Amino acid sequence: MIRSLVSPEFLVKIDHQQCRRCKRCVLNCGFGALSFMDRVVPDNNKCVACQRCVTFCPEGAITVERHPLTFKNNWHWSVDNIRAIYKQAESGAMVVTGMGNDRPYISYFDHMVLDACQVTNPSIDPLREPMELRTYLGSKPNALQFKEQDGEVALDTRLSPQVILETPIIFGAMSYGAVSLQAHKALAKAASIAGSLMNTGEGGLHKELYPYGDRIIVQVASGRFGVNQEYLERGAAVEIKIGQGAKPGIGGHLPGEKVSQEVSQTRMIPEGSDALSPAPHHDIYSIEDLSQLIYSLKEATRYTKPVGVKIAAVHNVAAIASGIARAGADYVYIDGFRGGTGAAPTIIRDNIGIPVEMAIAAVDDRLRQEGIRNQVTLVAAGGIRNSGDVAKAIALGADLVAIGTAALLAMGCHLCQKCNTGNCSWGITTQRPELTARLDPEEAAERLANLLRGWSLELKEILGALGVNAIESLRGSRERLRGVGLNQVELDVLGIKPAGR
Amino acid sequence: MERIDSQGLHYRELNEMIKRLAEDGVREFQLDNINGQRYLGTGLAYSDISMTINGVPGNDLAAFMNGPVITVNDNAQDAIGNTMNAGQVTVHGHAGDVLGYGMRGGRLFIKGNVGYRVGIHMKEYKKQIPVLIAGGTSGDFFGEYMAGGMLVLLGLERQPGTPLSGDYLGTGMHGGVIYLRGEVDPFTLGKEVSVFDLDEADWSVLGPHLQDFCAAFGYNYEEVCAERFCKLIPVSNRPYGRLYCY
Repeated sequence: MIRSLVSPEFLVKIDHQQCRRCKRCVLNCGFGALSFMDRVVPDNNKCVACQRCVTFCPEGAITVERHPLTFKNNWHWSVDNIRAIYKQAESGAMVVTGMGNDRPYISYFDHMVLDACQVTNPSIDPLREPMELRTYLGSKPNALQFKEQDGEVALDTRLSPQVILETPIIFGAMSYGAVSLQAHKALAKAASIAGSLMNTGEGGLHKELYPYGDRIIVQVASGRFGVNQEYLERGAAVEIKIGQGAKPGIGGHLPGEKVSQEVSQTRMIPEGSDALSPAPHHDIYSIEDLSQLIYSLKEATRYTKPVGVKIAAVHNVAAIASGIARAGADYVYIDGFRGGTGAAPTIIRDNIGIPVEMAIAAVDDRLRQEGIRNQVTLVAAGGIRNSGDVAKAIALGADLVAIGTAALLAMGCHLCQKCNTGNCSWGITTQRPELTARLDPEEAAERLANLLRGWSLELKEILGALGVNAIESLRGSRERLRGVGLNQVELDVLGIKPAGR
Repeated sequence: MERIDSQGLHYRELNEMIKRLAEDGVREFQLDNINGQRYLGTGLAYSDISMTINGVPGNDLAAFMNGPVITVNDNAQDAIGNTMNAGQVTVHGHAGDVLGYGMRGGRLFIKGNVGYRVGIHMKEYKKQIPVLIAGGTSGDFFGEYMAGGMLVLLGLERQPGTPLSGDYLGTGMHGGVIYLRGEVDPFTLGKEVSVFDLDEADWSVLGPHLQDFCAAFGYNYEEVCAERFCKLIPVSNRPYGRLYCY
C-alpha cells in the first residue's frame, strides 16, 4: 500500500523562539492539526488555513503558508486538479467542499462601473439630506385605486402582504445544522437590529429564535425538515427552496454526524440520521405544481405573509422566473453560481450555473417584457462582496440582495472552505459544542449589524453621488451602469452601454 | 355541527369560512357538494375538529394539518396530507398521487387504490410516527425517499394478475417500514431495501392501525390478516455513505 499521495496544502510554521508553550493554538485548532509534544508540533496534512491559531497565538509565533508544492508548473493541470485526482483514486468518492465557486471566472461586477453627477445635475450629500433605503418584500399591485372616506383620500386597493426592510440587504439561507445555533441566533439578532431578514434554510427554526420570527424567512424545501404549522406561522415570509447557486439541481445531505440532539429536535428527525433533501421536490413537476405548493402555503398562513421561491441561476432562468411569478409567488430569489454552500460536490459547485449579474438582467428584462415585473420582488444573491456589488445588482434590476458568505466573514469565517467537515474552528459551521461555544451570538450579531450599517452608509453615498435620494430610483436603472472590458454580447445581455458612451 | 353547502364556493372563500368558524368554536363540520375545492383543512390546527366531506375534494387536502379528523365520503385527489403533523384523513374511495409527502404524524386511510409517488419522504421523530394505509394497489415510487413512519399496502379486492405496487418501490428509502399484504416482485424494489417476514413486534405496531382501518371501511380484520404479509425496510440507514471525500 503506497502512502497517500495527497500532499499537504499548507505549511504551518511555529517560531519556537517566540512560542511560550501555552498550547492555546492546540486547543483552538478544530482540525487537530496541532499537538503538543514538548513543543507545538504541526501536522501539515490536517491544516486548512482557517487562521484560528494564527489569530489566537498571544505571541504571534505562528504563520500558515501555502505549501511549496513540488509539482512542476503546468498551466493545464492545476494543483487542484492533481490533488482531486489523488483523493478520488484513494477514495472512489466525490470531492466535496464548502462555500462558493472559487474558480477564476470573469466577475461581471468587476466589469461594471456606476455613474455619478458632476456640475449640472448636482449630487446629494447623504449626511445632511434624507436618503431612503427602505425596501418592501412582496408583490406589488398593477395599479393603485383610491377612494374618498370622510373627506380623506384612502387606499382602496388591497395590497399583498409586505415585509418592510430598512436596507435592501438580507441574509441568505443557511440552515441550523449547516451552521451552529450560535450563528443562527447571531443572524436573527442582527436582522432584528438592522430591520433586515435572516433565512432559516432548510433546517427548521430553533425555539430560541422564535422571538425574532418577524425578521425570519422560513424555508420549505424538498425534505420539509422542521416544517409544521407553527414554523410557518412564526416566520415573516415563507420561501420554497427549489435550487441553490452552489449546487443547482442537487439536493442537500446533512450527514448523520451533524444531526446532534438539538439539530434533531429542530429538524424533527432522529438523532444521528442522515437528513436528505432530495434534489427535486417530488411533488413539483410543473409550474402548476409549484403554484399548488405556493397556494397551500398561502392557505396555511391565511395570505398574511409573502411566499417566495428560491432558484439557482441557470441558463433558462428568465423563463423559469416568469413561470414562478405567474404561479403566484410574491418574490423570486435568484442565487448565482458564486453562491455558497455548507457542502457540495466541488465539480457541481465549480461548473454549474451562471453568474447572478447575467441572471438579474435576463430576469428583469423578461418580467418587464411580459408586464409582470411588479408582481414579484426580485432578490439576488451569489457572491455579493460589498456595497458596490449591491448597488450594481440593484441597478441591473434586483429589488434587494441576500448575503451569505459576507455574513459568515463578518462572524469570523476565514473562507477555508471546509464547512462540510463540521470542524469549523470559528464555531460557525460546526455542531461540536466545544467549537460552537466560541461564537458569542451577541458579539457576532453586533458585527453583522455593523456590516449592514456600513454597507448601508456606503449605499447612501453611492445614491448621493448618483444624485438620487432613494434606492427605489436606482432599481433597474441600467443607464447608470457602464461596462468596462466587456464584449458587445455581454453588454447586450446586461443591457448596459460600454464606458464612454 | 356546521353544515356548509360548498356548491360554487371558491376554495379561498370556503377555507376562510371554515377557519373563522373554527375560531368561533365550531368543532364539527359537514361540507356538502364539494367539487374539487383545494386545500380543505390545510393548516388547520385543532385536535378536536372533525370534518365530513361529501363530494370529491381537490388537491392538498389536509396539508400542514395539525390535529383534525377528516372523513371523505368519496374519492379524493392528489397530495393529501402534505407535510401533515397530526390528525387523520379517511377516504372512502380511491386517491391520487403524492399522498403524505413529507408527512410526519397522523394517519391517512385510503380505502381504494392510490397513485404514484405515495408516502414520499415520510419521516418520524420520537413518538410522532406517520401512518398511511391504502386498501388497494399503488403506482410507482411508493415510499420513495422514506425516512420514517409506516406505509401499508393491502391490495384488497384486487383482480388476479394486478400487481400490488408499481416499480421503484422504496427507492432511496432510509428509514421507516413498508408492510405489504402479498408478494412483491424483487425487480420492482429500490436497491436500498430488502424483504423480510413480519415478527411479533411488527404485528404489535401494525395490528392496531390495521384494526382501525378495517373498522373504518367494514373489513374483517382476521380475513385481511389471513393473507401473508411481508415488510420492506432499508438495508442500511446510511445508504449514502462512501459518497464523499474531502
